[in-house]
Amino acid sequence: MNLYAHDLLDAPIGLALALLLGLGFGFWLERAGFGSSRKLTAIFYLRDFAVLKVMFSAMVTAALGLQALAAVGLVDLGSLYVPATVVWPQLVGGLLFGVGFVAGGWCPGTAAVGLASGRLDALVFLLGAAAGSLAFAGLAPGLDDFLHAGACDVGSLPERLGVSGPIGAAALLAVALLAFVGATLVERIMVRRNPA
Amino acid sequence: MAKPYWNPYAAGIGLGLTLLLAYVVLGTGLGASGAITRLSVAAAHAVAPAAVERDAILGPYVAAGSPLVHYLVTMFAGTLVGGFLSAFAAGRTRLTIERGPTAGPGLRLALALAGGALAGLGARFALGCTSGQALSGGAMLQTGSFVFTGACFAAAFAVAPLVRKEWR
Repeated sequence: MNLYAHDLLDAPIGLALALLLGLGFGFWLERAGFGSSRKLTAIFYLRDFAVLKVMFSAMVTAALGLQALAAVGLVDLGSLYVPATVVWPQLVGGLLFGVGFVAGGWCPGTAAVGLASGRLDALVFLLGAAAGSLAFAGLAPGLDDFLHAGACDVGSLPERLGVSGPIGAAALLAVALLAFVGATLVERIMVRRNPA
Repeated sequence: MAKPYWNPYAAGIGLGLTLLLAYVVLGTGLGASGAITRLSVAAAHAVAPAAVERDAILGPYVAAGSPLVHYLVTMFAGTLVGGFLSAFAAGRTRLTIERGPTAGPGLRLALALAGGALAGLGARFALGCTSGQALSGGAMLQTGSFVFTGACFAAAFAVAPLVRKEWR
């Protein structure tokens, strides 16, 4: 019942709807303050946990929504595209990405919002990301085994652990709520120690 | 005068509903790095067409046609426009090189370039970035998404003291 299942993502209807959803994506990122690289990186100095709060809120909202829509039969989760799980390159890719995030001040989506807000460092970050993406083509042929290391036929973590999707989404909500409490406590302690 | 940002939980729920709508309508989540990949291949193809077409990794992107008719590229264009509309409405558009009070613009731009390159490379290894992998895959409770997100934040916290001068 969705465009991906009908191979229509790159048809005019898919291009137009992706553009509209991109509008919403950029809007919410900017509203959250993610058009600012100093705000984005403040989490790594324990000053502002907006990145954690926004990301976890969004992930939990969508996860609970997907499980609820699936439960009432409005969405077939099996018809959705999900990125493959390949553990080792995703671990190494995550490490590289994290260093790039704190040094560069952006991730690709927020850099788009930063550029739209007039941040020249976001433009330079995006040019760097384009170069890094191309550099992958130079490395990949020699890393064929590594790039498939830890490939999982079943990517869903709840399925791997033998629990249902709704239980998995509820567990994610519990983790998020704990993280919100922890983040708020750390923010308060840091402000008290070092006001400014 | 710039208006204050919205409450992070409210913005997160709005973002989550947008992601949910993307799954319901498109059948896939939100993404950003895929557009950068396709646009960078198109740029490289304009410079060195034969080499890019021959390349095992880049060639298939060229064969797939213009990046402008790929949904991730129109989504990226939408992200730019949506970000601009929100920033403009709130009085937050300003041409600047954003950095900490003691960091020079040269240092900031050099680290933005290097950081961008690492993030662009990392996203290729991980089959997605914080949008397509962490957020969208995480909402579908994917193992690889949690591995990526954990590694990303662990590395960023570990390296943060080294680039403190850039930000604080």
